[in-house]
Amino acid sequence: MSAMSAGAPRSLASSGQKSIQDILHPLSAEESALNPGSAAEKDLILPNGTPVDTSSPASSSSLLNRLQLDDDLDGETRDLFVTVDDPKKHVSTMETYITYRVCTKTTRTEFDLPEYTVRRRYQDFDWLRNKLEESQPTHLIPPLPEKFVMKGVVDRFSEEFVETRRKALDKFLKRVADHPVLSFNEHFNAFLSAKDLNKRQGLALLTKMGESVKYVTGGYKLRARPVEFAAMGDYLDLFTQKLGTIDRIAQRIIKEQSEFLMELREYGPVYSSWSSFEEDLHDPLEGVSGCVSNCSSALEELTEDMSEDFLPVLREYVLYIESMKNVLKKRDQVQAEYETKLEAVVFREDKKTPVPTDVEKCQDRVECFNADLKADWDRWENNKRQDFRQLLTGMADKNIQYYEKCLAAWESLIPVLQDKQEAEGETS
Amino acid sequence: MVEKGTSLLKMMEISVAEAEKRTGKNAVNMQETYTVYLIETSVEHIIWTNPVPDSLWRRYSEFELLRNYLLVTYPFSVVPPLPEKRAEFVWHKLSADNMDPDFVERRRVGLENFLLRVASHPDLSSDKIFYSFLTEENGWKETVFETGFQAKADSRLKALNATFRVKNPDKRFAEMKHYGDELQSVISQLLRVRARAADRLYGVYKVHGNYGRVFSEWSAIEKEMGDGLQSAGHHMDAYAASVDDILEEEEHYADQLKEYLFYADALRAVCRKHELTQYELEMAAQDLTSKKQQREELATGTIRTFSLKGMTSKLFGQETPEQREAKVKMLETQIEEGEELVKERNTECEEFVKSAWVDIERFKEQKDHDLREALISYAIMQISMCKKGIQVWNNAKECFSKM
Repeated sequence: MSAMSAGAPRSLASSGQKSIQDILHPLSAEESALNPGSAAEKDLILPNGTPVDTSSPASSSSLLNRLQLDDDLDGETRDLFVTVDDPKKHVSTMETYITYRVCTKTTRTEFDLPEYTVRRRYQDFDWLRNKLEESQPTHLIPPLPEKFVMKGVVDRFSEEFVETRRKALDKFLKRVADHPVLSFNEHFNAFLSAKDLNKRQGLALLTKMGESVKYVTGGYKLRARPVEFAAMGDYLDLFTQKLGTIDRIAQRIIKEQSEFLMELREYGPVYSSWSSFEEDLHDPLEGVSGCVSNCSSALEELTEDMSEDFLPVLREYVLYIESMKNVLKKRDQVQAEYETKLEAVVFREDKKTPVPTDVEKCQDRVECFNADLKADWDRWENNKRQDFRQLLTGMADKNIQYYEKCLAAWESLIPVLQDKQEAEGETS
Repeated sequence: MVEKGTSLLKMMEISVAEAEKRTGKNAVNMQETYTVYLIETSVEHIIWTNPVPDSLWRRYSEFELLRNYLLVTYPFSVVPPLPEKRAEFVWHKLSADNMDPDFVERRRVGLENFLLRVASHPDLSSDKIFYSFLTEENGWKETVFETGFQAKADSRLKALNATFRVKNPDKRFAEMKHYGDELQSVISQLLRVRARAADRLYGVYKVHGNYGRVFSEWSAIEKEMGDGLQSAGHHMDAYAASVDDILEEEEHYADQLKEYLFYADALRAVCRKHELTQYELEMAAQDLTSKKQQREELATGTIRTFSLKGMTSKLFGQETPEQREAKVKMLETQIEEGEELVKERNTECEEFVKSAWVDIERFKEQKDHDLREALISYAIMQISMCKKGIQVWNNAKECFSKM
């Protein structure tokens, strides 16, 4: 990375292509007036006591301090709107696949036009995510819905499956669009605007920024992981565990429900065959049979919903956490490299000589990474909370709907069962 | 289920109030543990408004004895069945052990139901043996055996088990027998599948309890989300626990079905008895016809029927007129007796058909009424279960929304 002097005109990889003039220096007077104390609150301190230089324009923490971004962002501060809708099936000789319409509305100057409409398929989203991970390694990239679907188990072209996927893809793009750094990524730009997504295009751009982006992985030993990052890692481990347990429980429930459903499908018809040799009881028995059949259908829907909506989201999160842990590992590596190099310098020369530039570069890298990660972590916590609130509330809703359907069926049966009695009552 | 205001039940309150374990020596002088049931009766007086109840203890085998007596003594009645001897159609959490308190309790209810049904039956309720079963603890068994019903029971059993072809059974009885077969088959199937479904339902509810535990563990590592998760977990536990009561109630429905499963047997027994009486009538009539034919042949000299005597006489020579005279006389007596027998059996048959059909019609009405009631209470059970489910999940949803 180049020198971190405030006001340097060159844009840097980790902050995308935003012009420096548009970013307020976190320590500038205006900043403090807008958000007194916020910069101080969010000051990052390395374990050795030195404050992290948040003067870097590349530091997203400075931006976040101001904007406090989350999904409930006030519309006025947003200048980029993205939606995913209108899934359509495409049949070609080689394959059949679904494309989604991606609509963009923006006032940003990075875009040539204020509006775009393009068609993208899942592969394209996957490409985008990979590119983001590669080009923004210090950031947490939102998850995509699962790539692989077992062909026998789930119908890839069913309305429900496509709709579930569409919602997840929409959420993905919205999260990227709301991210102060990721939204300025050129691959994201291309994804939203290019007529033909030439996926090789990115490669050329990448090599230009290659040097500044590639972090050395492996080989260095970390001395002391800062407490907050250690805590993140621990939390992610425990959280993954819990998600795994919930996944297993949900699967078990689905299995038990399916077996219950099998019995119900045999149970209902027995009442029907009974009704065939009864006179007075014919209608009541037939009614019970119909009722059981309705409940069976309702149960089938519930089980399908859980399989198609609930489980995939859980699994996405597990994958998401994996990628987050990788980012944490990378951060460790960057810090380790810095510490090693610093140590080497300290031992080799006397303390009077200034720190050489490459060690300085490492220090900057560490500071940037930490800042980016910390800011993204807060955003992630928020999103996670929303996602799980939505997921679990959805699960509760589906169960409520199931019971409501069954309730309606049985309640409508009561008058049928009581029918003869009322007639008898009238005649007697 | 059993309506008051008929027969014995009009005058007497009957209940099987308690069950107790006893130990004693059995017929082969071995220690055994068995259950006895307390039968409480109180006669309603016009003057005394609070009648003093009488009570005595009876064990299951004595109920069986009573029923066997009634079966033999009232062959044209559809005799109410006893609750099952051993637990059948059991789903896995339900004990098949006869000593299990839940089984004993359900049996107590079943025995009470049996007594109430007998007491409200137009014919059975006025039986003296039944009355003394309810009122005389000691010596009742001897009284029953003194009636000599055992002998009748043995011959009846033999007859019922024998295979015979009836030429002209009353169509209605044949249909009823067929109905009994079908009813037995369909209820067995229903009970079997229901038990399996109950097992599965149990699994579904119980696994949700695991959510309770994991939500609790998860809430420990969360800050703001913790409370919502924790309380939602409690609701999941409540949901899991609710299945026990649900299935307990459903067991009552299963018992109602079982009663009619066994009733189907009683119905078929009556139809078989009709076949037997019809068969005996037909046999007697057949015998009479053949004897008449023989007489005719002897009178006219033509041999239409094959008889060994006829053949031997052909082979070994004709018989003398005196011999023939004797034969004719014998046949005349036999024919007279035969006609008497046919008359007797015919009356027996007609009377049986009349009485039995009355009781069958009564039974049909009772069955239609009872099963309809059972279905209604089953539907109400299901409605209650759905409402509970909606409530629990709404509670959980509220907790989730506060996460």
